[in-house]
Amino acid sequence: MNIEILMPALSPTMTEGNLTKWFVSEGQKVKPGDVIAEIETDKATMEVEAVDEGFIKKLFYKEGDNNIPVNKPIALISDQIGEKIKEKNKTIIGTKSKDKKELEQTEVSEKENSKLGQDQITMRQAIRDTIAEEMRKDRKVFILGEEVAEYQGAYKVTQGLLEEFGEKRVIDTPISEQGFTGLAVGAAFKGLIPIVEFMTFNFSMQAIDQIINSAAKTLYMSGGQINCPIVFRGPNGAAAQVAAQHSQDFSSWYSHVPGLKVVAPSTSLNAKGLLRSAIRDPNPVIFLENEILYGLKGENSSEDFTIPFGKANIAKEGSDTTIVTYSIMLHKSLQAAEILKNEYNLNVEVIDLQSLRPLDSETIVNSVKKTNRIVTVEESWPFASVGSEVVNIVQKEAFDYLDAPIIKVNSADVPMPYSSELEKLYLPQIDDIVNAVKEVNYI
Amino acid sequence: MKKLTKSDHLKIYSYMLKIRRFEERSSQLYGMGHIGGFCHLYIGQEAVVVGVLMTIKKNDSVVTTYRDHGHMIARGLEPKKIMSELTGRVDGYSSGKGGSMHMFSKKNNFYGGHGIVGAQVPIGTGIAFTHKYNGDKNICRTYIGDGAMNNGQVFEAFNLAALWNLPVLYIIENNKYGMGTAVDRAAAGSDLYKRGEAFGIKGEIVNGMNVYSVIKAAEKAGEYVRSGKGPYILEVQTYRYRGHSMSDPAKYRTKTELEQYKSSDPIAIVKEEIIKKKVASKNELEKLDKEIIEEIKSAANFALESQFPNKEELYTDVYL
Ligand SMILES: Cc1ncc(C[n+]2csc(CCOP(=O)(O)OP(=O)(O)O)c2C)c(N)n1
Ligand SMILES: [Mg+2]
Repeated sequence: MNIEILMPALSPTMTEGNLTKWFVSEGQKVKPGDVIAEIETDKATMEVEAVDEGFIKKLFYKEGDNNIPVNKPIALISDQIGEKIKEKNKTIIGTKSKDKKELEQTEVSEKENSKLGQDQITMRQAIRDTIAEEMRKDRKVFILGEEVAEYQGAYKVTQGLLEEFGEKRVIDTPISEQGFTGLAVGAAFKGLIPIVEFMTFNFSMQAIDQIINSAAKTLYMSGGQINCPIVFRGPNGAAAQVAAQHSQDFSSWYSHVPGLKVVAPSTSLNAKGLLRSAIRDPNPVIFLENEILYGLKGENSSEDFTIPFGKANIAKEGSDTTIVTYSIMLHKSLQAAEILKNEYNLNVEVIDLQSLRPLDSETIVNSVKKTNRIVTVEESWPFASVGSEVVNIVQKEAFDYLDAPIIKVNSADVPMPYSSELEKLYLPQIDDIVNAVKEVNYI
Repeated sequence: MKKLTKSDHLKIYSYMLKIRRFEERSSQLYGMGHIGGFCHLYIGQEAVVVGVLMTIKKNDSVVTTYRDHGHMIARGLEPKKIMSELTGRVDGYSSGKGGSMHMFSKKNNFYGGHGIVGAQVPIGTGIAFTHKYNGDKNICRTYIGDGAMNNGQVFEAFNLAALWNLPVLYIIENNKYGMGTAVDRAAAGSDLYKRGEAFGIKGEIVNGMNVYSVIKAAEKAGEYVRSGKGPYILEVQTYRYRGHSMSDPAKYRTKTELEQYKSSDPIAIVKEEIIKKKVASKNELEKLDKEIIEEIKSAANFALESQFPNKEELYTDVYL
């Protein structure tokens, strides 16, 4: 019997890899646990081990072959020497293609990428470069968090910072979120400008008391004496199949709190402008990134520009319906808008909030006065979400302009399930957005 | 330490090997996209949980971290149902809704599988509280990573356990790294077993690459806790061969370091002992090896043939 060894996916976002080294040759015997090859992925170099016992019958690629798609056979193991290639092992080998959601995400990024010119960078780079620039400009700025220094960031956002700024300003912390967050708040009270990286925002819950009770309220409680110039940043929301405890959207949690400012970039360009504003702001700012968007390439600018908080961006102009969204859902909304144009001849206006608190009611209200219909799209749970606040603003300031009840598109009102099909159902999909827009147009 | 019988020896060997083969198979299925998200393998650490298993009573409780596949196997739970959970199927221990990091079996007193570093420590302490409250003479084994030993709630739990004399055995699996951070870069005073001292909790360091040392220490510690003397800490020195999760290339350690640990492999030690003591022959062990490979293979096949959860399942289990 023959068993194929497939190009493995070594991270949830990997689609192809390079074969850097073979540790076996044809005819060689292998047992479970033997290292057979070295593979280079988007993030790292990893070893592949045999799981089955047998003889290497064939190697399909040479050392140095690049861009081998995930799940392509790279070698064949046979349990007998010299046996002919027979039927494949039916049960274990490559039946399932990559998770559909990931593919969809890749499509998002590829589409985006092709639209833009040469001078592109990923969101990951945009954030990294902006942190570095601000650290060069102001010695008070420093960054701390788990794995930010020597490991170069769990998601490689802080790559190279330790090398440039040294361990005094790029600081690895123990897994002590409440402690290092409180420490950073104290440092900010005393005049430094900390950037606190949460490996993901899920872990900010360990520290939420310091963020809300200390960072957000002290200016007020001290009668205006003590401000807290600090940025809390990291990936927020769902990644791919990391399940309930690692897939939460905190945008409405933090937007609820007076004293905090909350922003959520959607592209490499607004990531730069918003992050600069965040670091320069004398108040605590929650900067909500998105893991799936880290690899998304987009426009770059080397200018020292900022995006003011409280200013939304009209990502696509339109006249028939307003979609209000932010972060990763911007991209799904733009795709939905394309479908709505092509299939229903609806010209949708898409507003990217960028800043959740303060919220740009003016842009929203003006848009609704033009389109008379509005749908909100976000990844958070529906109860008391950012969209709920948008609904409140619109009913108050543009009630007479509405031609249909407002529809909110949110994630399902349950904890995030692990299984990929359920995960897909949980998250807002392009179809859900299309259907909501159709509904407010009575189609 | 009680004398180990032939069946004890074979139980130790087969559980450790089962865990290793299971993890290798998980790694393969992850590579093929059947397992998603994070997947934390236990390869190298098998002697810890199997050593403790040899001293556990059926009604004792266990709570651990996301690195939980081996813990479930050691608890006697079925590999095919564990693999079904890893692949997100209805036959999984959490019906496909929890995934690799969040697996539970209430029937078997296995309380997870927790994804948030440190969170399981107060929880395990609370399960121990319940054992005491009910006066049932059982104890709760609460596993903790070395990295988690810097998380504040761990110390709040230690204080409570000592203050209220709770039957909880804290087992620190010191595999030398919390993700990419070596213990001495994260813990001031890196003798983790001493971290209960301020609360009057006794602690002890154990060689976790040798299952016999683990059994000895776990037996003694378990008796101490069960006799009503309060909590106890075991710091078990071990090593994970693989990266933290699947996408970690583990560049923070040298190849030599890894090779050194691999050269005193916990499973090889047991194999040697069995052969030296003539408990079983090489042939017998080889036969066992083959059976285990087959068992794990069929567990994987079972998982891949199991169904994905129905759409309706998205909305169930939010409330009772
Ligand atoms: C509160 C919290 N912070 C950060 C993380 C991310 N994280 C997951 S595992 C881990 C390392 C834990 O190391 P350790 O406790 O030594 O356990 P090991 O993984 O070595 O078994 C980190 C930082 C998390 N899950 N929870
Ligand atoms: Mg560890």
